[in-house]
Amino acid sequence: MAEQQVILEARNITKDYGGGRVLDGVSLQVHKGEVIVLIGPSGCGKSTFLRCMNGLEQIQSGQILLDGEVITEGKTDWTKVRQKIGMVFQSYELFPHMSVIDNLVLGPVKVQGRDKKEVTKEAEKLLERVGLLDKKDAFPRQLSGGQKQRVAIVRALILKPEILLFDEVTAALDPEMVREVLDVILELAADGYTMLIVTHEMQFAKAVADKIVFIDGGKVVESGIPEKFFTQPETDRARRFLNTFIYAKGGEKA
Amino acid sequence: MFDETIINMLIEGTWATLYMTLVSTLFGYIVGLPLGIVLTITDKEGIKPNAVVYKILDFIVNLTRSIPFLILLILVMPLTKLIVGKSYGSTATIVPLTIAAAPFIGRMVESSLKEVDKGVIEAAQSMGAGTFSVIRKVLLAEARTSLLVGVTIAVGTILGYSAMAGAVGGGGLGDIAIRYGYHRYETDIMIVTIVILVVLVQILQGLGMMLSKKLDRRHT
Repeated sequence: MAEQQVILEARNITKDYGGGRVLDGVSLQVHKGEVIVLIGPSGCGKSTFLRCMNGLEQIQSGQILLDGEVITEGKTDWTKVRQKIGMVFQSYELFPHMSVIDNLVLGPVKVQGRDKKEVTKEAEKLLERVGLLDKKDAFPRQLSGGQKQRVAIVRALILKPEILLFDEVTAALDPEMVREVLDVILELAADGYTMLIVTHEMQFAKAVADKIVFIDGGKVVESGIPEKFFTQPETDRARRFLNTFIYAKGGEKA
Repeated sequence: MFDETIINMLIEGTWATLYMTLVSTLFGYIVGLPLGIVLTITDKEGIKPNAVVYKILDFIVNLTRSIPFLILLILVMPLTKLIVGKSYGSTATIVPLTIAAAPFIGRMVESSLKEVDKGVIEAAQSMGAGTFSVIRKVLLAEARTSLLVGVTIAVGTILGYSAMAGAVGGGGLGDIAIRYGYHRYETDIMIVTIVILVVLVQILQGLGMMLSKKLDRRHT
């Protein structure tokens, strides 16, 4: 992995929000083909970090680089940058007035100017892959949460981004739907997609991640390979965080 | 009940009212729609925040909206004369009607567009959609049912305004109602004009609501 080129990089970024510091000097490199999972307690800044990476939030200091070029200074063409950074949201954010297929085709046709016929074919292929081809003419309201999220993943994929950002994509789902979405992401990881994932699903994080980054209080507290992080975390803070996921009879602390 | 001249006058009045209302609504939207869009995107929560532009437009809208229509009507008479050539009759009434309608429509458009889920806008942005794509493909597309309800409200309001213009010779049903019902105590004619106005509003309202329901894909 070390030889691979860096796709997305954060250099010491800070972000203030409502008078408080949400991100306090976070640095991170995502290499091509790498899957990094950000974990941490609620409000630790991991989602904000993700939103900073494609310019949905502005940072106060530091730099963000895409393919070695700084995108947080000077005149950045965000429409170009964002096509290379796909994002999937917690609450799907499908366009409610458009059918599934229109949701998928809109970006490639309107933003990238690709041929509608060709994109439609590709969209159908991708829908088939996530098991939703029969839903192509359905409207978002007719889909379950898990189905919506799978469509949203396809919508991000079809723009052929260099990296995909996942912002707690299963947090709004019923437990049995979590699996169907996570399976899709696991498949993407197996296909070599570069991904930066924020999640609360520890088992999934363990399975999908090449690297775990633990964030707390707007800082990277610890990072490492999942095998090590989940069994022998280096910091006390990470250990305490992981312990909150362990249950013992009678409510004893494990 | 009425002789032919009166009936003809009522028919003509109905057409004049419809003409004033619909043309003013159209002009009102030509100005009001872009106005509402700019108000939406330049708001501090919008996609292109610009405090200066927002505050200026916001002020102009509030200013125009706080002038009572009857007074506005008289106030803009010189302008009306300049544009139409005379300050009475239904064509002349279109000028003040449009001036009154545009800011009101702008506000309604703004409130419709602000109903669009911010997450959906961010999703479009994250796909690389620029400001114009977001406006066309997300804001206007997603708010279309609400915008149509707005058109219905606008038509109703402008129709009411057009009747008010009757007080200064504005033409249409309001004019007839005031001339016959108020100046000549011919209450029966006034009541007929009211009935026609009510029916017109009902029809336009019904049409608008039907269309907006038809275009709504969010609910079953």
